[in-house]
Amino acid sequence: MNLIKHVAATAAAASILLAGTVQAGTLDDVKAAGFLKCGISTGVPGFAFTDDKGDWQGFDPAVCKAIAAAVFGDSSAVKYTTTTGKTRFTALASGEVDVLARNTTWTFSRDTDLKLDFVGVNYYDGQGFMVPTELGVASAKDLDGASVCIQTGTTTELNLADFFRTNGISYEAVPIETNDEARTNYVAGRCDVYTTDASGLAATRSSLEDPSAHTLMPEIISKEPLGPLVRHGDSEWADIVRWTLNAMITAEELGVTSANVDKMATGTDNPEINRLLGSEGDLGAMIGLDKAWAWRAIKMVGNYGEVFEQFIGKETPIGLERGINAQWTNGGLLYSPPFR
Amino acid sequence: MPNTQSAPLNYVPGEHPDLKPPIGQTGLLLWVRKNLFSSPFNIALTLATIYFLYVVIPPMVNWLFIDSVFNAGSRDECRELGKGACWGFIGKRLGQFTYGFYPIEERWRVNLTFVLFALALLPLLWEKMPRRRMLLWFSLAFPFIAMWLLLGGFGLESVDTDRFGGFMLTMVIGVTGIVFSLPLGILLALGRQSGLHFIRWMCTGFIEFFRGVPLITLLFVASTMLNYFLPPGTTFDLLLRVLIMVTLFSAAYIAEVVRGGLQAIPKGQHEAADAMGLKYWTSMRLIVLPQALKISIPGIVNTFIGLFKDTTLVVIIGLLDPLGIGRASLSDSKWQGLSTEVYVFIALFFFICCFSMSRYSIYLEDKLHTGHRNE
Repeated sequence: MNLIKHVAATAAAASILLAGTVQAGTLDDVKAAGFLKCGISTGVPGFAFTDDKGDWQGFDPAVCKAIAAAVFGDSSAVKYTTTTGKTRFTALASGEVDVLARNTTWTFSRDTDLKLDFVGVNYYDGQGFMVPTELGVASAKDLDGASVCIQTGTTTELNLADFFRTNGISYEAVPIETNDEARTNYVAGRCDVYTTDASGLAATRSSLEDPSAHTLMPEIISKEPLGPLVRHGDSEWADIVRWTLNAMITAEELGVTSANVDKMATGTDNPEINRLLGSEGDLGAMIGLDKAWAWRAIKMVGNYGEVFEQFIGKETPIGLERGINAQWTNGGLLYSPPFR
Repeated sequence: MPNTQSAPLNYVPGEHPDLKPPIGQTGLLLWVRKNLFSSPFNIALTLATIYFLYVVIPPMVNWLFIDSVFNAGSRDECRELGKGACWGFIGKRLGQFTYGFYPIEERWRVNLTFVLFALALLPLLWEKMPRRRMLLWFSLAFPFIAMWLLLGGFGLESVDTDRFGGFMLTMVIGVTGIVFSLPLGILLALGRQSGLHFIRWMCTGFIEFFRGVPLITLLFVASTMLNYFLPPGTTFDLLLRVLIMVTLFSAAYIAEVVRGGLQAIPKGQHEAADAMGLKYWTSMRLIVLPQALKISIPGIVNTFIGLFKDTTLVVIIGLLDPLGIGRASLSDSKWQGLSTEVYVFIALFFFICCFSMSRYSIYLEDKLHTGHRNE
């Protein structure tokens, strides 16, 4: 009896110990490792790709770089782990990555049932349709009986089924795995319609031989708020990721760019800029970082608008408009809580 | 007597002039007639094939070589310079395709590993190699040398396995799988035939399990499920997990191939070995296995080729083999839409590797051919 009690006590102690190691701050682990483990996609035009030098670039890795810059002061202190649509959540849940910045849609079940925490939205997307202009289709509701190229294992697949069922029309799914595969199939005419997030459609359309021969349907059939996410249970770490993203958004709102951030950091007339950049108060200490954390993120990576224009904006081949991703002051949805 | 019939007799024996065979009964013409135009059906097939080749080959050559662009900085530049393949993309990304994300200043280590690999392979593949015995020791040590070179440590800067990618990753997975699955497979095959029930059940269970599930499932187990089983917080290198799964998977197949060879050995061979007083391992090593393995060569190489090509499946769990690197590169908006070039290039690499494996297996079969084959 004594032995059993002893074993039970040891087991209990061990489990508490184990639980303790899980609870130990991700920030401490990241600091101890010397780099941020960031989960990204295996390649989405503009959002994540390797450049000619072999470095990860794009709208999503920029979030990782900003966090690394805030924590370490070195935007290259990131260890990228490529995740597919199927492995991304386990990679995060198991601790293989500390943050997932991988055009992942924020949904109820992912946030709750999968025990993940979405910390914000860095791109408001929505699912659209692209069809060859010569088909003469004006609305997605005219697509009865069409064959549709659709990426498997994504929310788009479910949205598509919902949309066609609601409108009482039928379709034939052509399941594909990657964006590039979809493009090839679509060009070869194996499907009449390609559906994915509107940003992806725009990127794909820009790479076609004759972009004007393809039309995006006016319907946007879903809400796809894409954003970075972390594990449940470590709110301190979630705060760091959330407020790094907010810092980039706020910086754009306040006109702080990577070019003028040095000058502004010496002090301005706007107290919020001062608080953001650390020349007034000490917001960094509240999240376990130093005063200059946001300054570093903006200096090394840029504000939200700069990152947007660099990778997916109008000047790039992707050519996306700001649209609903503009600041709230410009009629968009980007609205960061104040730095106070 | 009229002279007309007996004229040939005038030749000195052995000095007959050789008359030429009738036209069309020799050389190229004969071959063409016999092989290409021997029957109406064959004529139709030949003409159809010639037409097919005429339709396919010129555009292909145009696309591959004549219209192709070898030097360009982006896809748009390529399109301006020529209508064919944009090899400039592959050229710009060759380093990534070969080394993945291996640090540029450390790439010499990968190169050195490739060279040493070739050196280690030579004495294994070529029996007449001078000083073969000494070099075989080197071959035995090679996996450890390669591990040290690629991973670093002991004086070299250490490189994490998540930097591995491209052809290098394919080679690492393929070669490790091949090297470790063969001995393991042989042991499993012997174990499956063992007289000891426990060992036989264990081996049979192992083989049937690994043969009964798809490799992709095992890879998912390696990449995601293991994380749930292991205590939280432990990280266990993903590449190592994949290597273990690939090795076990192909060992199960090798075991079955070798078992086929073992069963083809007549019982008399076992009995003869017993009569000579040889112990189990000695008789296996000297008598049974050499014969069994010889028979199994085509099957073993077949499994290896399959394994080598299956390495591309790792892209599903987020490891960047050449296909993964290709996908990541194609997402660069500068180069988007050049997937054909990427796939042709990768196909060429795999073809060269697999074709040489298959040729070597044929050479080996011929060399070990001892006249027992039915021909």
